[in-house]
Amino acid sequence: MVIIYAETWNKKFKKTTFEAVNYGARCSKEIGTEAIAVVFGECDSHLADLGNHGADRIIHIQGIEQFEPFSFATVLSDIAKEFNGKLIIVNGTANGKSLIGVMSSLLSSSAISNVTELPVNYEPINVHRSAFSSKGIEKCSSKSNCTILGIVPNSIGIISLEDIESIIEVRNIISKGKTIFGESQNESGNVPLPEAERVVSAGRGMKGPENWGIITELAEVLNAGTACSKPVSDIGWRPHSEHVGQTGIQINPQLYIAIGISGAIQHLAGVSRSKTIVVINNDPEAPFFKAADYGIIGDAFDVVPRLTEAIKSFQK
Amino acid sequence: MKILVCISHVPDTTSKIKFTSDGHSLDKDGVQFVINPYDEFGLTKALQLKEEHGGVVSVITFGDSDVEQTLRKALAIGADDAYRLDGVPNDGIQTSQELAFFIKENEFDLIICGQESIDYNGGIVPGALAANLNLPFINACIGLEINDNVANTVRETDGGKETASANLPIIIAGKKGLVEEKELRIPNMRGIMTARSKTLKVIELSGAKSLSESISFSAPPEKKAVKIISSENIEELVRLLNEESKVI
Ligand SMILES: Cc1cc2nc3c(=O)[nH]c(=O)nc-3n(C[C@H](O)[C@H](O)[C@H](O)COP(=O)(O)OP(=O)(O)OC[C@H]3O[C@@H](n4cnc5c(N)ncnc54)[C@H](O)[C@@H]3O)c2cc1C
Repeated sequence: MVIIYAETWNKKFKKTTFEAVNYGARCSKEIGTEAIAVVFGECDSHLADLGNHGADRIIHIQGIEQFEPFSFATVLSDIAKEFNGKLIIVNGTANGKSLIGVMSSLLSSSAISNVTELPVNYEPINVHRSAFSSKGIEKCSSKSNCTILGIVPNSIGIISLEDIESIIEVRNIISKGKTIFGESQNESGNVPLPEAERVVSAGRGMKGPENWGIITELAEVLNAGTACSKPVSDIGWRPHSEHVGQTGIQINPQLYIAIGISGAIQHLAGVSRSKTIVVINNDPEAPFFKAADYGIIGDAFDVVPRLTEAIKSFQK
Repeated sequence: MKILVCISHVPDTTSKIKFTSDGHSLDKDGVQFVINPYDEFGLTKALQLKEEHGGVVSVITFGDSDVEQTLRKALAIGADDAYRLDGVPNDGIQTSQELAFFIKENEFDLIICGQESIDYNGGIVPGALAANLNLPFINACIGLEINDNVANTVRETDGGKETASANLPIIIAGKKGLVEEKELRIPNMRGIMTARSKTLKVIELSGAKSLSESISFSAPPEKKAVKIISSENIEELVRLLNEESKVI
């Protein structure tokens, strides 16, 4: 069996949850087995949507509402044991990353994180993953019967599979957590960074936090998340949760627009896997141009508002 | 309070990463090694907690004798003693089991790891260690206060944060925010001198086995040359994003 952690956020499936389910379903077809998606707590999204992405069976756990690494990992591991799980698929989100190590120990299974493709082989599981902060690709092989794969959100995509009328099973389970979680609060814009399909990011070239209006306006018309370089978050112009790069969040959106960012090696390490990179910088020698698909040499304060307008007219 | 900081010895962030010609491993030629950046935040936090509550800060890493320079640096920054698990780690599971074996024999109130190491980017060790020791675990920890044996923490979520608390002992996987960048401690002359006389103990492995293995490494595919678009012709960029890249 292939078991998938079907993550919810604010009681709804994340977009990347469908990607994980789709990934698991594609693996299960290769192995010739079934895909089981596990959902925790109240859920306002339609469970059947997971079937449309390939889940044969959906186990809906009730009684555990709030994320806690041990309670979630224990439930997933128990299901893996019950169904003789061959693969467990977890997204590389904040919650997913908290689970993968815990589960690997509970199940004595190998855990391979940062996976960017479907496995190359299934006996044993051989898979490519990103390493050295995107500066290298590692081919990794599992030596255990069950393998946990942590996949990079947005890196695999979704292919359409035959719609499945999934079997839905509800289970009531009492939580076995070790920590008590309190309040949660959101900081950045509407689109959480790790799963944003488009990201507008800016650096020290913006001169000060008061100038971010043109950045958020561009992000808004693109329905993009906003990000920043490390010094920008270090000096408090923007929240830490927007810091991308080797020591911040690693992202790989479809579109990354870098404005007034020089393109230091540590910055590139976190964003170089973006599908399309646009760089706007007034210095033609800025190293970022070497890593870009499209570049505009110019003053951000002139170029960015005009780009926003051009996209608006295009959208009409 | 007894605090253990688990440290990883990694290539400096500016390193050009190359692999040996057989593709089996990192080519270490010309590469500078440093304390994993995520662990630096944890080490400074540990020293601050020691100043506040008293206690001992120990550091540990798993590696051959090459990694001792990194442990010496941690001692120079202010750790009291250091331990090296004598061997070459193969995966996160093996590493977590060796660490767990050491921790069971030595007991700590607080174990601080980094969220991940910037070489293999596994992120497996902290959670696996917590499960192995049956201790509470906070990943992506960006805030930590200790009051009366209770750890009050803040963890990063996707696009936000969340508070969480648990009784000690606890394992956290930290990152920037645990302390701010400007608070990070660096070795001073006195620290470097005293580090020489601090204990660095070599620990024999317990024989834990890895569950995965690296087959090969390769460089990521190269990017095509950049297309420069005139700032007077922004519509052209919009057209390319739509027709060529299909991202808008
Ligand atoms: C251990 C370590 C880890 C690090 N990790 C990270 C990380 O995770 N992420 C990260 O981002 N950095 C990281 N860094 C920092 C990195 O080395 C760079 O210092 C940083 O990325 C530079 O940020 P920046 O591009 O915003 O600023 P700068 O390098 O100052 O660049 C500003 C850019 O803006 C351009 N500019 C100025 N005015 C304008 C204008 N009007 N219009 C258009 N362009 C303009 C300039 O030409 C320049 O290219 C790390 C460093 C170290 C040592």
